[in-house]
Amino acid sequence: MNPAFQGLLTILIGVGGCLGYFYFSNLLLDRVIFPGRGANAGRNINRANMVRPWLFLFPAIFALGLYLAYPVLETLRLSLTERIPGGGLRWVGFDNYIQMASESKFWEAMRNNMMWLVVVPAASTAFGLLAAQLTDRISWGSVAKSLVFMPMAISFVGASVIFKLVYDTRPAGQEQIGVLNALWLQFDGGLGSILLLKIVPALLVLAFAAATLLVGWRLLEPMIRSQPGRKLTAGPVVLRILGLLVAAFLLWHCVTGLIALATYRYNYGAPQTWLTIPFWNNFFLMIVLVWIQTGFAMVILSAALRGIPEETVEAAIVDGANPFQIFFSIKVPQIMGTIVVVWTTITLVVLKVFDIVFAMTNGQWETQVLANYMYDKLFRSNDWGVGSASAMVIMLLVTPILVWNVYNARKEMR
Amino acid sequence: MATETLDPTADPAAEDVLKPKAVSNDDGMAGEKAGLTWAVHLSVLLLVLLWIFPTVGLLISSFRTADQIATTGWWKALFPSEQSLVIRTDDPDDVRIDQGNGVYTVEGNVFAAGSESTIRAWGVSTLDVSAYELGETADLGDGETLTLVEGGDYVWQGNDEQISGNGQRIFVTATVPPEFTLRNYDTVLGRNVLLNLIIYAAGGAAVGFAAFYGARSVMPGREKLAGWGLGLVVFFGCVWIFGLSSGTVAGAQTTDSMAGAFFNTMTVTIPATVIPIVIAAFAAYALAWMDFPGRALLIAFIVGLLVVPLQLALIPLLRLHLEIGIGKGYLGVWLAHTGFGLPLAVYLLRNYMVGLPRDIIENAKVDGATDFQIFVRIILPLSFPALASFAIFQFLWTWNDLLVAKVFLIDATGSTTVMTNQIVELLGTRGGNWEILATAAFVSIAVPLVVFFAMQKYLVRGLLAGSVK
Repeated sequence: MNPAFQGLLTILIGVGGCLGYFYFSNLLLDRVIFPGRGANAGRNINRANMVRPWLFLFPAIFALGLYLAYPVLETLRLSLTERIPGGGLRWVGFDNYIQMASESKFWEAMRNNMMWLVVVPAASTAFGLLAAQLTDRISWGSVAKSLVFMPMAISFVGASVIFKLVYDTRPAGQEQIGVLNALWLQFDGGLGSILLLKIVPALLVLAFAAATLLVGWRLLEPMIRSQPGRKLTAGPVVLRILGLLVAAFLLWHCVTGLIALATYRYNYGAPQTWLTIPFWNNFFLMIVLVWIQTGFAMVILSAALRGIPEETVEAAIVDGANPFQIFFSIKVPQIMGTIVVVWTTITLVVLKVFDIVFAMTNGQWETQVLANYMYDKLFRSNDWGVGSASAMVIMLLVTPILVWNVYNARKEMR
Repeated sequence: MATETLDPTADPAAEDVLKPKAVSNDDGMAGEKAGLTWAVHLSVLLLVLLWIFPTVGLLISSFRTADQIATTGWWKALFPSEQSLVIRTDDPDDVRIDQGNGVYTVEGNVFAAGSESTIRAWGVSTLDVSAYELGETADLGDGETLTLVEGGDYVWQGNDEQISGNGQRIFVTATVPPEFTLRNYDTVLGRNVLLNLIIYAAGGAAVGFAAFYGARSVMPGREKLAGWGLGLVVFFGCVWIFGLSSGTVAGAQTTDSMAGAFFNTMTVTIPATVIPIVIAAFAAYALAWMDFPGRALLIAFIVGLLVVPLQLALIPLLRLHLEIGIGKGYLGVWLAHTGFGLPLAVYLLRNYMVGLPRDIIENAKVDGATDFQIFVRIILPLSFPALASFAIFQFLWTWNDLLVAKVFLIDATGSTTVMTNQIVELLGTRGGNWEILATAAFVSIAVPLVVFFAMQKYLVRGLLAGSVK
């Protein structure tokens, strides 16, 4: 049978079947099981109305249970078992996890995923906020937003091809057709190169370090300077200490990064194969996702910026605040909630990122990430145990966001 | 996952996030701060250029020949550029002219007819590709000569033995004007497919516009329907009657073809978009407007499922599909996409339906309407924006998906490959052939881009109303 025809038939059967199910099950309920006539009419109508929600919900609950809830439990079970050749599963406890923890590829994937988790949400949100603020009041802002938003429609695979062309490398002596290499060959080690490749990055790292210090100080301040009337409880203190540890970690990397930057000698004049440079190639992959997600962040944050009451901004203007003060001290604090939402949403995307790595490097040259590692294990090595174990690791990383979302949703409904 | 309240019905700003805000207040950027305004305009321009630059590169590359792509960066394609070309003269065995006395000549032009390239220098050996000026004669030894004059005309002269076999190679350094071709699309989609599509679309658009303006006077209020309807009928009618492809291009590899993968992607996408909407709409209505014990818990359950990574579902569901006999195929991928899309669908639709006015529903109940009637006659039509939002999400997601298709659809024969998978395979087999890769990639992103620009409003609404995957 022609697949297109099969598809059409599926739509008809699917949609018709669903509508038929809903229509006839309601009919059955009202006319046959609990008829709204005769002696027990009132009681029957009440009973029918108690059953009806479940008629409406049944297909959805069934599909959700079978396609999302059951797999979570089944994956957990698979991660604790091992396939016996010839069929069947054998309980092996945590052996799969132990085996996974002994593999260097897994730790490489974990390390890379952590980098992705820091860089992509931060960069996307920052660019998105910048774009939202800049485009908000200009006449052609809508066009600009559409164009920045456009990569959202492009598949990860399509984006990978787009950026492979950007990163393309030709042998030395030939004309470079990748933009990045063509730009790179413009640098010759002169004053401009030093300015752009040493001083500007150093300033960026310093700015990031300063921001980290500021956040760190905000976290530390209430703990060392006890204020009257405010007592710190255990939970927030633990969170603050965790935050401080992360800040210290980032600061340490800033310092080592600065030293590395100062001493590094660039290989001017030679075309680079960007995707094979260990460590840095991760960033070239991240750029693809940042490029896609910035539009999303921009749209959400743009709506949030518009939701800010005009009076607060006007009051600040009257008080003589400059545009930067208005942005950072008046607007950003008011949309903090939305920034967190955007951040967590992008975090979820990052945790599941698979296509980009699969299409561009397939985890070679130290670019492995968890989702691709899992795919490797499941479908290349056919190792369901370790594959499921790594899937559980992804689930574990998602869980805090899951809990937070459910908590918020329930709070909102009350 | 914007569990934060961003309900589109409650938030007027959400309606047109993409429209500029019409306020006179300019953040205090009036008068003396004109410089800052300029800086804003410039930075936005820079940002936008940076963001579209990579995509434009792909688009332009898909209209260039393999030689052009390999010799110059695409950003030079819009301007005349100096290129080093390797050209072979016409085959002497076919076209040589006997001049008498055992002297033979081959005459021709190094450029295709109508080309406006200008030659700066030329040569006959790889050792020195710019040995001669225009008008000079190269000595190929033993009396064999080659002359190249202005305009690219050449005369190759020699004896019977010399003027035979393969054509003589000429290395030309020339300034070539920008030149674009549809050949890559012919290779990837089939001969003339893109050209036909453009012609049919133009025809459809012309008829559509005519119908739009015609209907405006005859039956006002229906002009959009008439325009779109007639336009689409004309477009698809042309496709149906005249067909799209007229054979394949000589030398095209069958593995380069995206036409089959395109239809496979369509086949996956459409049912996988429509079916979850129907199922989710009923569930969302129950969660929004029916009272029953456990409702709050169920909503929390769905919010939780929103973020469950579908990676967890791969092996258990594949096993399930294999056990119950669905195996790998379209049915499996439709079911999988339906399951994975449902949480978002239910969540989006429920949030929207809750915001609908209570009065309408209660009045209908008083008038004796059943829940089924209320749902079909009142809720569904009113929920159109939310339905459209979800439909776009699900469409983009299923169209762009690689992982689910790889696991649940594509079997060992590979006959059901989808475009994303096809591109990944091309990256492996034709990694350096940018003309094929760029064209294939652009074919796959063209449809989502059209949907995106046509229905952006709903996409933004959907984003604001809830979440993304």
